[in-house]
Amino acid sequence: MTILTLILFVGALVTAILPSQRAARAAALGCMLAALGFAAGLALAYDRSAGGIQFIERADWIPSLGVEYFLGADGLSLMLLVLTTFLTPFAFLAAGRDIPKLQITLILLLETTLIGTFTALNFIHWFLFYELSLVPAFLLIRASGSAAATAAALKFFVFTLLGGLAMLVGFLALQLSTGTFDLIRLAGMAGSLDAMLAARLGWPAAGLLVFCCIFLGLAVKVPVVPFHSWLPDAYAEAPSSVSMLLTGLLSKMGVYGFLRLLVPLFPQRMQELATPLLWLALATILFPAFAALAQKDLKRILAYSSINHLGYCLLGIFAVAAVPLGSPAARAAATNGVLLQIFNHGVTAAALFCFVGFIERRSGGLRGLGDFGGLRTAAPKLAGLMGIAIFSSLGLPGLNGFVGEFLIFSGTFSLVWWAAAVAAIGLFVTAVFLLNMIQRVFTGPLPDRPFPDLTHREAATVAPAVALMFLLGIVPQVLIALFNKP
Amino acid sequence: MILTATFFSAFAGAGLILLLPVRLAMLSRWVALASALAGLGFAAAALAAYDNSPAAPAVQFLTDLPWVPQLGISFLTGADGISLAMLVLTGIIAVAGVLFSWNVAHRPRAFFAFFLLIIGGVFGVFQSFDLFLLFVFYEIVILPKYFLIAAWGSTNREYGAMKLTMYSVAGSGLVLLVLLAIPVASGAHTFNLFALADPARSVFAPAFQTWAFPVLFTGFAVLAGLWPLHTWAPTGHVAAPTAVSMLLAGVVMKLGSYSALRVAMTVFPYGLDQWRTAFAVLAAAGIVGGALVALSQRDLKFTVGYSSIAHMGFVLLGLMTLNLAGLSGAVLQMFSHGIIGGLLFAVVGRMIYDRTHTRDMAALGRMNLSKAIPFATLTFTVASVASMGLPGFSGFIAEFTILKGAWQAFPLFLIPAGLGVVVTVAFTLRALQKTFFPSHPDGQPSAAGESTLDPITLPEKLGALLLMAVTLAIGVFPSVLLDPILRSFDSPLMQSVLREGMK
Repeated sequence: MTILTLILFVGALVTAILPSQRAARAAALGCMLAALGFAAGLALAYDRSAGGIQFIERADWIPSLGVEYFLGADGLSLMLLVLTTFLTPFAFLAAGRDIPKLQITLILLLETTLIGTFTALNFIHWFLFYELSLVPAFLLIRASGSAAATAAALKFFVFTLLGGLAMLVGFLALQLSTGTFDLIRLAGMAGSLDAMLAARLGWPAAGLLVFCCIFLGLAVKVPVVPFHSWLPDAYAEAPSSVSMLLTGLLSKMGVYGFLRLLVPLFPQRMQELATPLLWLALATILFPAFAALAQKDLKRILAYSSINHLGYCLLGIFAVAAVPLGSPAARAAATNGVLLQIFNHGVTAAALFCFVGFIERRSGGLRGLGDFGGLRTAAPKLAGLMGIAIFSSLGLPGLNGFVGEFLIFSGTFSLVWWAAAVAAIGLFVTAVFLLNMIQRVFTGPLPDRPFPDLTHREAATVAPAVALMFLLGIVPQVLIALFNKP
Repeated sequence: MILTATFFSAFAGAGLILLLPVRLAMLSRWVALASALAGLGFAAAALAAYDNSPAAPAVQFLTDLPWVPQLGISFLTGADGISLAMLVLTGIIAVAGVLFSWNVAHRPRAFFAFFLLIIGGVFGVFQSFDLFLLFVFYEIVILPKYFLIAAWGSTNREYGAMKLTMYSVAGSGLVLLVLLAIPVASGAHTFNLFALADPARSVFAPAFQTWAFPVLFTGFAVLAGLWPLHTWAPTGHVAAPTAVSMLLAGVVMKLGSYSALRVAMTVFPYGLDQWRTAFAVLAAAGIVGGALVALSQRDLKFTVGYSSIAHMGFVLLGLMTLNLAGLSGAVLQMFSHGIIGGLLFAVVGRMIYDRTHTRDMAALGRMNLSKAIPFATLTFTVASVASMGLPGFSGFIAEFTILKGAWQAFPLFLIPAGLGVVVTVAFTLRALQKTFFPSHPDGQPSAAGESTLDPITLPEKLGALLLMAVTLAIGVFPSVLLDPILRSFDSPLMQSVLREGMK
């Protein structure tokens, strides 16, 4: 697995040194595809009957601080590795042939840090990659150099860093009390963590404080409403290919953090706080859905829609944590739904931003709802493929989005029925704003300027993603198999 | 011997340069480079030879020669992990400083001789275990600073040089006062630190410690930028020529924090307990105050100057935790800030100011620097990221260990510390954006200023690469320094500053 990280990191260095943009682009694409092959190989090599964490690599790093080089992957990590290695070349190709050379290097660096985050099992090792991902992301968001992009990048960076700092402080307290940063060992001590924290820090509320610190860090990253205000700016101002990476992958770092750090370490605390947590998840589903309804900019609509979809993930996670003794079938349904939703939202949201990027390229940067019309006639291929992606986002049965949301809802309903009921409003609003988008952009009078259809190259870029939407909508078992024992 | 060779080589280099005939004046930089490299080599060799095992004594490479036996003064040098970290830092900054001064054409002999004199003095302080000897070396550092800034400096140099010297002299006046009182108060005719800081018996009466500790600590900490006595630092940094800014931020500020730890805190443990919270509050004020002031600057060099105050506030906060994590983090932070601060000043002073003759961020933003001098942009970006304390760089491990110590000692101080980190990120990003990546309302950078700047020279690149490699190497493998540092606190001398157990 170290090799996987190294392929990309060395690739980043090579592209930085190569003098010509064309050579750098070819080298980068080669590295990304090699990484995709490698990740797929790992997923196939994973022994499902054994389950658990495999491919462990571990070595002393900074023994005096309890820091280890500790890598491993379970089904969740592997799924995210595949998603990362799939979406990065997708976004890279969507950026077009004239992508600046610096961006090539930055995208590879970003992919390196993502892979590192999804495989590290020692907190400091994990945090290293988690925080380092901010640097390439920051530079990519402000790539256009406009004042708005600069401000958005700054906001993104400061918000996330602040969250990261809170998380670091929380884990320092955990290490002081338990003497380890090892996430697996910490999870093993889950039952007694609160008592250990209170004893070491001499403060009965220490456990709650540490939980809040870590929660805050992850909540900013996902983001959970009300910590989301950095996101629409960042997604809207970044180049579309970068928004693809932000929504497809960076937001998953937060959800992954919930599943890897928070849930295993604080199961009791999650149960105690289940009601407020569920309301936060509901707020994350509902407010952005209504906000999307009010937006005029395609990218902002998609940005809010992205928060809304991640809210379903949180709903499932919190519902499972709320009822630890609930029916195993319902818990399994919700858990599988969350995992599928992570992957599906990654593919679908990235594809949607990709289409908006194509539209922008044709409209000269315009992306307001009122700027278009009649694209179905002018550019049937674009409208057709993008329509599939929109319907996938909507949760149409037969496409990938449906499976994840359906499982989350059916699981949550038997665990915490009221939360599922309230969340269902979100589904309805999502449908309204997405259908509104279809209507405004695809139908109506033709634009007065020529609007060419997708080129073969562009169609080929999105084809794998659209194919995945059908594949996972019809046979989700391909993915579910990764995290369920046969 | 390997240890004393560090400052002998520096002093010998200074002497040799003064002997050079005028027509060979430009040779002086080569002599300075050789001498600095020798110093670094000796320091690194000592670090490599240091025995980490618990069986070995913490302070090694001891040299003990009688000097003025009547007054109990001896030439006593040695090194533990704390000294070694500082010695290696001094060597690195010396080499980088010479490389960034390669273009000094105005009286190069005097410049490099003074420069090496400071380096030798700093090397001396970091290995002295006799209080009097330490003070002698300490004073050697102060005077050449004045001449270097006043004669080779830039903006407002006489004022900056004088302010800096006055603060330094006032600080060492406080130190001298306590130094003179020590033989009287202890009744023992010795300046030997091992004897004065003997934890087995209390050498000084509590009443004496209660006033002597704050005086001595403050005297040293003035040099470390203790808030509110820090104002010499930004002015001095800005006025100084590049290599001297690097020295000031890189090692001279560390003289203060190092001596405060090594002398004031070990010799007066009772006084330390009395004043601990007060100094922790000042340290926290330095972190937040320095960072906030840096946020409001328009001058790039002032921003970097105030960032030093914030970073040194972390050092002082770490010292006041009085536990292993905080103290070792403080020492690591001294090293880390030395490298990163040096790098920032190198970019701002040498790579930018020498070419553009302005340090105003808005003016620099119009020059399209990222196209004109890409190497400087890269260096400043790396230094900024390291300065923010992102993981993977030395600053992260240091600040993180200090925060851990603060959790143990006084959790409430995490709030100002955390605030300081956030503001540090904000002003660093602000400086980076305004200077190198300004936003353009029309989306297109202006072409003005492009290609009129000289390209970055080879010595600058070598110096920058050296510092970047070190901060990255320590960020990834901090154990190289951290293990000897941790080992050093497990010694009779340093035990007296630990209030909590080893873990």
